[in-house]
Amino acid sequence: MARYILINSVRGVLTILAVSFIVFFLARLTGDPLDVLAPVDMSREDEQALREQWGLDKSLPEQYQSFIINALQGDFGPSFLYPTETAAGIIAGRLPASIRLGLVATVLVVTIGIPLGIFSAVKRGSLADRIAKGLALFGQSVPEFWLAIMLIWLIAVPWNFIPTSGIGSWSSYILPSFVIAIFGIAALLRLFRSAMLETLGSEYIKLARLKGVSEFLVIMKHALKPASIGPLTFFGGVAVRMLTGATVVEIVFSWPGVGLLAFEAANARDFPVVQALALFTATVIVVMNLLVDVTYTFLDPRVRLGQRSLA
Amino acid sequence: MPIGRLFSGSGREWATPSASRTTGPIEGRRRRFPWLRTRADKVPWIPIFIIVFLLLLPALLADVITVHDPLRGVLADRLTPPAWIEGGSWTYPLGTDKQGRDLLTRIIYGARISLAVASLTILVGASVGTTLGLLAGYFGGWIDRVVSWLIDTFLSLPIVLLALVIVAVIGPSFVTIVTIIAITMWAYFARQVRGDTLAAREAEYVARSKVAGSSAWRILLRHILPNIANTLIVLATLQVGVVILEESSLSFIGAGIPRPNPSWGVMVAGGRDQVLIAWWISLFPGLAILLVVLSLNLLGDWLRDFLDPKMRQRR
Amino acid sequence: MNGTADDGGGASVAGPVLEVKDLVTHLYTRWGITKAVDGVSLQLFPGEMLGIVGESGSGKSMLALSLVRLVPEPAGRILGGQVFLGGRDLLSLSEKQMRKIRGREVSMILQDPQQSLNPVYSVGNQIAEAIRLHDVAVSSREVLERSIAALHSVQVPAPERRLRSFPHQMSGGMKQRVVGAMAISCRPSVLIADEPTTALDVTIQAQYLRLLDEIRKQTSIAIILITHDFGVIAESCDRVAVMYAGRIVEQGPVSDIFDKPEHPYTQALLKARPRLARKAERLPSIEGQPPSLIDLPPGCSFAPRCPVALTSCENQYPPSFEVGDHHVAACWLVEEML
Repeated sequence: MARYILINSVRGVLTILAVSFIVFFLARLTGDPLDVLAPVDMSREDEQALREQWGLDKSLPEQYQSFIINALQGDFGPSFLYPTETAAGIIAGRLPASIRLGLVATVLVVTIGIPLGIFSAVKRGSLADRIAKGLALFGQSVPEFWLAIMLIWLIAVPWNFIPTSGIGSWSSYILPSFVIAIFGIAALLRLFRSAMLETLGSEYIKLARLKGVSEFLVIMKHALKPASIGPLTFFGGVAVRMLTGATVVEIVFSWPGVGLLAFEAANARDFPVVQALALFTATVIVVMNLLVDVTYTFLDPRVRLGQRSLA
Repeated sequence: MPIGRLFSGSGREWATPSASRTTGPIEGRRRRFPWLRTRADKVPWIPIFIIVFLLLLPALLADVITVHDPLRGVLADRLTPPAWIEGGSWTYPLGTDKQGRDLLTRIIYGARISLAVASLTILVGASVGTTLGLLAGYFGGWIDRVVSWLIDTFLSLPIVLLALVIVAVIGPSFVTIVTIIAITMWAYFARQVRGDTLAAREAEYVARSKVAGSSAWRILLRHILPNIANTLIVLATLQVGVVILEESSLSFIGAGIPRPNPSWGVMVAGGRDQVLIAWWISLFPGLAILLVVLSLNLLGDWLRDFLDPKMRQRR
Repeated sequence: MNGTADDGGGASVAGPVLEVKDLVTHLYTRWGITKAVDGVSLQLFPGEMLGIVGESGSGKSMLALSLVRLVPEPAGRILGGQVFLGGRDLLSLSEKQMRKIRGREVSMILQDPQQSLNPVYSVGNQIAEAIRLHDVAVSSREVLERSIAALHSVQVPAPERRLRSFPHQMSGGMKQRVVGAMAISCRPSVLIADEPTTALDVTIQAQYLRLLDEIRKQTSIAIILITHDFGVIAESCDRVAVMYAGRIVEQGPVSDIFDKPEHPYTQALLKARPRLARKAERLPSIEGQPPSLIDLPPGCSFAPRCPVALTSCENQYPPSFEVGDHHVAACWLVEEML
């Protein structure tokens, strides 16, 4: 177990390094940040000074090296756009908004998606099942940005107590969290439905019934536990989404989280912030993958660590 | 089968897919509960119809079937509502946007963009991904470790952020968006193909072929590839929908298809500020995305049941 | 098993422990109605092992599931008949009452041990559940002791350790023993074993059959053994019922059936039985296919494949004729000979 975690942590670190490398060079090779950031009337000397201050006068490998060394210490340098703040500080400031929104969305996903999926499998072929399947299909296919705009038009504006932008009272969470959740609901519903159908049709369910287990326990104990192992992978994705912000939704609702920050920082070529965000996102993904892998072993005795590396 | 064997197979009426002979309704059970089988024989005509008439035909015939210019509008006719609404006219069946451009025309041209992006990214993604997945799954060892790590890495890339950065620096273009989407697309294919190849490698026909002295290349191309083709087709179909969603999202936030071009995502974005006074500008292109992606998902699901009932459901 | 023999069936009562009368179960499939069980009557006496033999698709598994009322829904439905166990008609009980019967008075062993155990719960957990379900009051120590005793009685070595194992850590034969332990853990009076050895290795098959036999002798439990293999019947059963197309076509003591099978189908089955000596030859088979249970002919369902069918065979289903001591066969030819 310890060995497995160690090996995969190393792998994860390599992944994060690779991501940083790709982001760094893509960003730098494609242009000079000063083209965007420097005022048009800036003097040559001032420009040179700024270049030195930001380390842009050094060669690319040097820049990358110092970037990595500093990043390891949590230092991504000052933001280009807001020179008084550090990139890490800006992200930390924006993170709570994204996490709170993500948490609300996750609660919606779990409390709607899972019960609907189970119900849909148990009542297979019923009207409720068909409606649930329709909902799943819709959630999988609808473009979030469009749904967000349509909800603003159809719901928020006519009933004007629901805010359409920014973070405020609880009511400002309704629309963005729903829009973020819809895909998750659809995915969990589908995953749980098909997993439950598979376990409900299995021989060990038949045997449980033969033992005299009540139908409720057959579903909640014998079918649900083995069925929830597969969909677990999905929770990693939900957490990633939660921590890294749903950029599109945050943009539409002007939600001041890390997703919107990514949009602003990229448009402003604020490289320290962009790089910090990229590393942050990659780290979250890597850590979540590792967590999911480890959790698997607790849920499924059949899985020995390392067997499920790419399932 | 003229002669029904008495001790057919293992006699496992309840067993899963082992029964291959179809001699009668009871004997021929292929699944655990055949009477509950999804209707794999029911061709999804409506989704196919939508895909043909909302995606394929418009994309191919855009310049033939439209009369308006998709890029330049008639300013005098700006914000014309759809024809069936007061103030609308059949000149512009779905209305016009704030620059007086015909929405229907732009949606039709938008199909061309969606299809072009989707086919290019999937072509690139599928060929790269299949190749790497085959190699990793068949040879294992260090190749597998490297490819698996690459898959993990590329699936960990913050794609939206990456797209935003690249676009902020070199500006949005068709090539950029295709590159950005293809960067992760291959990994999905590689992951699927690797898994399928791992399974197929253990299959009897491969073992037989190995014993017969076939080379690795021959086995990969003649035996394994045809056997995983079905799952590839299903994955590709489903990924078309994913690409369309991805492209329109990126275009919506300005990191995809550049502005005046009629990408469906760009069009929704264009109507965002007017949604209260001219809801049709955002509604229709978004509806087009929804319908097309929905149909692709339905078609993909059907294909999966039709081609390979055993294929696991992903996502 | 230090039995506090609480339920009937333990003592050698003269009457049957289980009596099935005219049981009818249909499956409503996409292709039509399948008469999976079409008027089956049989009796099971305490301490005996009754074999039910037939080709796959003859309805024997559906018969077994009908007895415990676990026909797959919504397709399957029990339409008529009675199943008497301990004086009650199981088919008239409520679902809740029926649940108390399952596992406690009738239990079942399924065909595939690889899939019969829940992969995410330990063996101990699953055996304990079977015990607790029917005996709420027992303490956890008692449950543990009874679990160990159950494993012991199916000859699982080191039962204390096995309790902590998960199904995937065991061989198929071992798993099937665990399933057996679960089945007898509440000391039921009837055990239905549906092809319990089909999925096992040949060497382990015989072992498992001997085990069932031993359990029967120790506990005087009555066992219904469902199989497609006459060899299995010969090895362990007292009586045998031959099933074809949802009906029992011949029934009697095993020795009688082997010595003088009366129904042409039984004869064909016996002839088709693979023998070790002839292993190299092609497996013999019966001409024709088992009928589709949807469009059964009005007469004898075996008539289309029967080498000696009469014209009357195709018009009317034959009643059962007594051909020997407790030996009946449903065939018009038998009447001719009587």
